[in-house]
Amino acid sequence: MTVDTEHSSPPNTGTGREVPHSADAPILSVDQLTIRYGTATAIDDVSFTLQQGDHVAVIGPNGAGKSTLFKAIAGVIPTSSGTVRIGGSQPSGHICIAYLPQRSHIDWTFPVSVSDVVMMGRIGRLGWFRRPRQADRDWVQECLRLVRMDALADRPIRALSGGEQQRMFIARALAQEAELMLMDEVMTACDAPSQTEIYGILEQLKERQVTVLVSTHDLDDAAARFNQVMLLNRSLIGFGRPADVFQPDQLKQAYGGHLRLVETQAGTLILSDSCCGGGMSDDA
Amino acid sequence: MPEWIDIVWQPMQYPFMVRGLVAALIVGIICGIVGCFVVLRGMAFFGDAMSHSILPGLAIGYLIGGGARGPLFAWAMGTAIFVALAIGAITRSGRIKEDTAIGIIFAGMFALGVALISTGRSYSVDLMHFLFGDVLGVSWFDLLWTGLSGLIVVAILLLFYKEYLVLSFDETLARTLRLPSTTLYYSLLVLIAITIVTALQTVGVALMLAMLITPPATAFLLTRRLPAMMALSALIGAVSGVAGLYASFYAGIASGAAIVLICTAIFVVVLMFSRRHV
Repeated sequence: MTVDTEHSSPPNTGTGREVPHSADAPILSVDQLTIRYGTATAIDDVSFTLQQGDHVAVIGPNGAGKSTLFKAIAGVIPTSSGTVRIGGSQPSGHICIAYLPQRSHIDWTFPVSVSDVVMMGRIGRLGWFRRPRQADRDWVQECLRLVRMDALADRPIRALSGGEQQRMFIARALAQEAELMLMDEVMTACDAPSQTEIYGILEQLKERQVTVLVSTHDLDDAAARFNQVMLLNRSLIGFGRPADVFQPDQLKQAYGGHLRLVETQAGTLILSDSCCGGGMSDDA
Repeated sequence: MPEWIDIVWQPMQYPFMVRGLVAALIVGIICGIVGCFVVLRGMAFFGDAMSHSILPGLAIGYLIGGGARGPLFAWAMGTAIFVALAIGAITRSGRIKEDTAIGIIFAGMFALGVALISTGRSYSVDLMHFLFGDVLGVSWFDLLWTGLSGLIVVAILLLFYKEYLVLSFDETLARTLRLPSTTLYYSLLVLIAITIVTALQTVGVALMLAMLITPPATAFLLTRRLPAMMALSALIGAVSGVAGLYASFYAGIASGAAIVLICTAIFVVVLMFSRRHV
């Protein structure tokens, strides 16, 4: 897609609450991160580093701690030990991290339009007492255009399809000028054409050097569409190229009985029965 | 003179009716606006609990002041803010289920209020006024306070509109944008508490909830965006307040009940005739 450069950059409304990134620090570095709820451990000693523009599929069974990990990276839940660093400093100083909520966590009857929701992403830059200006409205419209939702700007959110809901949240993350997007189950409840559309948008995000983590239950897509895959089940079981992570031992370790591995002549066939749980137990 | 003008004019000859109408108008508007957040955030039970929990504060103010209005308002306000913060803290701590915890506070405080009032001499009359409102007993002093606190509540809500909107729609976004979500949450509870106190004399503790949720719920059915919902809800609240008072004047029924019945009637009509729009 060609981008009209004149309108493709955000308005200069100031940095808001954003702390400058250190030039030599990675966009995201997680070091020995552990998160406990009471006696239960949701995330156990996880360490990894992402460079700007990396796109990673995060896979693991329900309750593996994917949402917890994302929320810790976003700095919205307390950590028990270990550190998360965004551009060299704590997440709490950054408004460049976007967490895209699971659709089941949003009240879709809320009386707001698509552009209202996307405008919410601007609030961190606007600061107190300031109303959005024309430049903000133009940028919101541009963000909607980037996800091909500009025709739906005035539509109430209750009238959106699953794919449109997710594209709206990607537009909101763009409006926020997010450099790191955490997409929780973004493909769940999307039909095949919507998924293709969203993967197309992810490509555009890559061109913009936006770093993206996508949690998914679709192992097939994770292997086919991403250069990097993270296999999580409370602890980090594998992280790297799909061919290295999709090893029988590691998958068994992560999924246990929920995954059946069949050796065929063509290679290993993976059969999963834990698809699309809708975020039942994953959101603690 | 046409007959309808006479109908509108007649109650105006009584100063207490004029004061009552102004009070009902103001309360209808404030509750209509603030109530939108109560409805959208699913806090109806919280609102009901809040209003009932104010009773002991009213009772203490009443017993200390010997029926004077000044201390009554201050005590109600203090109690309301205290209860709002206490319920807010319980809601966020989560040791027992939220609605159970709220219910325990609500019933306990209400019982304390009834017990305190029962020590007074004119127990049943006073209790009736606290429970169901006494809009015709509103003084100019009360009106001043109602108007002033209402103005402050609406001003704060509009000043921080975009922050309250984000908090109510997606709290995780509020946090990733580094808004002080906990402070905003408690401040919203306090705004609801103040609203309840301003509406106390108009509809009373027991019927308060209707003013907070029925006009917003009606407006919700008819609008697509929050600013429109808030405006329409304020209008419905104001119309119900005034119309209810007229109904009370001509039909000789209790004013608080009449106002709530008008609200409810408007809601039922809208529910029946509005199709779910897209």
